Amino acid sequence: MAIDKFLVEASHIMMFARSIGDDNPVYYDEDHKSESGSEGIIAPPTFAQSSAQFDPDYFLRPKTGGVGWFGSGKEPTGLKPSGSGGGGGGGAAAGLHAEQHFEYHLPLKAGDVLSATTKPGNAWEKESKRAGKLKFSESVTEYRNQNGDLVITATGVGVQTERPVDS
Amino acid sequence: MLKASEIKVGDTHTEVLVEDLKRTQIVQYAGASGDYNPLHTDELFTTKIAGYPTVFAHGMLTMGMTGRMVTNYVGDGTLKKYGVRFTSQVWPGDTLTSVATVTELREEDGESLVDLEIVTTNQDGVAVVTGSATAKITS
Repeated sequence: MAIDKFLVEASHIMMFARSIGDDNPVYYDEDHKSESGSEGIIAPPTFAQSSAQFDPDYFLRPKTGGVGWFGSGKEPTGLKPSGSGGGGGGGAAAGLHAEQHFEYHLPLKAGDVLSATTKPGNAWEKESKRAGKLKFSESVTEYRNQNGDLVITATGVGVQTERPVDS
Repeated sequence: MLKASEIKVGDTHTEVLVEDLKRTQIVQYAGASGDYNPLHTDELFTTKIAGYPTVFAHGMLTMGMTGRMVTNYVGDGTLKKYGVRFTSQVWPGDTLTSVATVTELREEDGESLVDLEIVTTNQDGVAVVTGSATAKITS
């Protein structure tokens, strides 16, 4: 993943904060003084994850132009079966999120323009009772601001499960 | 911002993150974050194709709500690190409670810091998110 321009906008921060049930005014009122001393609207700690909105190739967003989407329409999945590869298995193919870690180097503020580059990290396997063989893979994303300064380092760990997780 | 003189190892901060999580909130998170994986919002796909009993929350929604508890405790814009493991799924109807426990107070590169251990559990006492955070404090 590479993102050229992640525009950090006040209304996006407001919507993101609402979605996590956070009504802290630092996320929508530019006149509210943050305890950190930052001017204007700041972003919640996990906001960088919404960079997906600015990734042109993000695979968990339906694309325009008649490209297939694995969610339901007339049928439970929009993908046509493609032999033993199991084209309908989009849910499993997308994997699950196992871990997420953020390191904060500078405050993230409305008005910032970030770019992001992602590199693969470690990969490992594990057996589990609840979901069979688990394949873990790590990715490390560096978010830099308009001045080229490192703002956030995000490390995500994804897992592919052999079968749906027993709950 | 927390003051070193006002906290000690073993202190806890607890918040209820959500009561009876609604599918609509999961939709809100999908829209805001841009993660439109149908596993979180598409009942038909999730039950018929993916084989789960119903849709479930994004791990990042739980991490986001847990982060709200953390910033309410340590203050805005004070976090240095925040990381979690997603240990169990979160379902519509779940009620989540999150606890931060002070594990260490320390100095690093001239800054006063607090380390927290974090756990978010559901109504059955099952941990859904475990993790840690480090925040700046005043000495």
